[in-house]
Amino acid sequence: MDLTVGPNPYFWSIESVRAFYAGLAEAPVERVVLGEWVCSKRLPFWQDAIAEAAEQLVTAGKQVALSTLALITLPRERRQSAELMQTGLPIEINDLTALAYLPEGTPFWVGPMVNVYNEGTLRWLAGRGAERICLPPELPLASVRALAAEGQRLGVAIEVWGHGRLPLAISGRCYHARLHARSKDSCQFVCAEDPDGRAVQTSDDQPFLAINGVQTLSHSIASAALQIEALREAGVTALRLSPQSRDFGTICAGYADLLRGALGAADWAARLRALVPDGALSDGFLQGPSGAHWSGR
Amino acid sequence: MELVCPAGTPAALRTAVDAGAHAVYCGFADETNARNFPGLNFTPEDMAEAVAYAHARGAKVLVAINTFPRAGEQALWHIALAQAEAARADAVILADPGLLAHAAEHHPGLRLHLSVQAAAANPDAINLYASAFGVRRVVLPRVLSVQEITAINRAIDIETEVFVFGGLCVMAEGRCSLSSYATGRSPNMNGVCSPASHVAYAQEGDELVARLSGFTIHRSPAGSPAPYPTLCKGCFTSQDQSGHLFEDPVSLDAMQLLPQLARAGVSALKIEGRQRSRAYVAGVVRGFRAALDALAAGRPIPEGALSSLTEGQAATTGAYAKSWR
Repeated sequence: MDLTVGPNPYFWSIESVRAFYAGLAEAPVERVVLGEWVCSKRLPFWQDAIAEAAEQLVTAGKQVALSTLALITLPRERRQSAELMQTGLPIEINDLTALAYLPEGTPFWVGPMVNVYNEGTLRWLAGRGAERICLPPELPLASVRALAAEGQRLGVAIEVWGHGRLPLAISGRCYHARLHARSKDSCQFVCAEDPDGRAVQTSDDQPFLAINGVQTLSHSIASAALQIEALREAGVTALRLSPQSRDFGTICAGYADLLRGALGAADWAARLRALVPDGALSDGFLQGPSGAHWSGR
Repeated sequence: MELVCPAGTPAALRTAVDAGAHAVYCGFADETNARNFPGLNFTPEDMAEAVAYAHARGAKVLVAINTFPRAGEQALWHIALAQAEAARADAVILADPGLLAHAAEHHPGLRLHLSVQAAAANPDAINLYASAFGVRRVVLPRVLSVQEITAINRAIDIETEVFVFGGLCVMAEGRCSLSSYATGRSPNMNGVCSPASHVAYAQEGDELVARLSGFTIHRSPAGSPAPYPTLCKGCFTSQDQSGHLFEDPVSLDAMQLLPQLARAGVSALKIEGRQRSRAYVAGVVRGFRAALDALAAGRPIPEGALSSLTEGQAATTGAYAKSWR
């Protein structure tokens, strides 16, 4: 098993983006997915950094792919998605729409926002050229086992959500803008104020969710740290690490140590608590009564 | 425009047909449909009888098989497809690409509609489903404005169906796992959202508190309405702000938009609510049928006709108005 870094869900300044990917070039990860997958309005502010980062990461020996948006509606978004196909880099689709723009027979990757819940869908995607699929984070271990087995039969690499706030929902409405009594069209890019999303509590002060523009994330960081053996036995080939603004190099190194056996799962899980917001971890989608549940102590 | 009405039970289906529905949608009593609630839905025998009842009165029956089949257990969904065809359903409503591929291959005579759970939100995605699987109608996700729906209809060759009344998802449908994050059960996998089995009420001082698997969703002061604790309609706090951060406990009522939807080229209008009572179904179907008849006759659409049937007595036109975003 190895490590894939997913596209950044948050809106960071172009300087922060450059620093983040320069750091990642040194990190022990095999591949990196770049690009804007949450809100097309953000892209003009940082898109110049994408090509630079791709070059830097390829030079450092990483495999690099470009992500599509997770929800493609506007004509501008359709154009942007179609243009992605001209870059020459592998594409990770996060909305099935993107298949309409891929020349037939072009290999592609599939991101966690595409609903791959069963072998039939996996087969259909493989038939269209999918060679790597990051499964939806909602899936339990039993489904992961069945899909990883099907992936092995078809020669499709299967990835599982390994670390990061869970992408629980995406909407036409921008909740960051709504919190500022603005509409999406006049958002003034307020999501940039929260580099890891804006925390949402229940009225009893329970940490619960995080708002990230049109996306709603979990408050907890979902971590597969305690599920590595089960995932390896299932035939999962990679863990997906989703960017966060702080300590991401340490996080990549920790998972890499975990995968090569240099660090115990419980030890790593304990250290992770200090590296994530409020020390909140979860792994209940893989194995537990609900997504928010954490199987560790 | 065709009026497509919900039925959670055979009795509700008959009620909807008698009240003037052009088509009724319903599902089997298992996880294959997105309203998998206790006490609801149809056995295969119910389905065959329901189709016969509807056909005898000139109405269609559309069978929703719109959850995402579970890996290792796809047979349950494949059987549902065969049973829908055996019952002579007029169409099946599907969301999962694997299931669509199976239907196209094994049930070529079955008319396929794309469920809102597939969240096909632009012409390119819709054309892809049409060309890959022969889908004939798409139920549009509730993230689109009327202007966008107009543009979509100009760019596709298949029919569009849009929601006009009832519960309102504020998230892109079929792309939401908020419910399973809190409860372990989701629309995509289990056909339920914020399920009643995971709701607990507690009286705390003057407030009725509604929790979903321990997460507080609402605190309703004595004497004020206590809406069902659907997760995305809950009252939450972020920094110094508290309130309905995602959506107020409102429901959709687009009756006044019928003329615009007709001009937008929409073929069918969908009413949400397979979990609702027969009285509710009868009221909504009659109201919308009257509105459609008024539209056809060039009369104005009646105003406020269904206000007593909207959740919490508050209604919205949702994403159809661009300002909703």
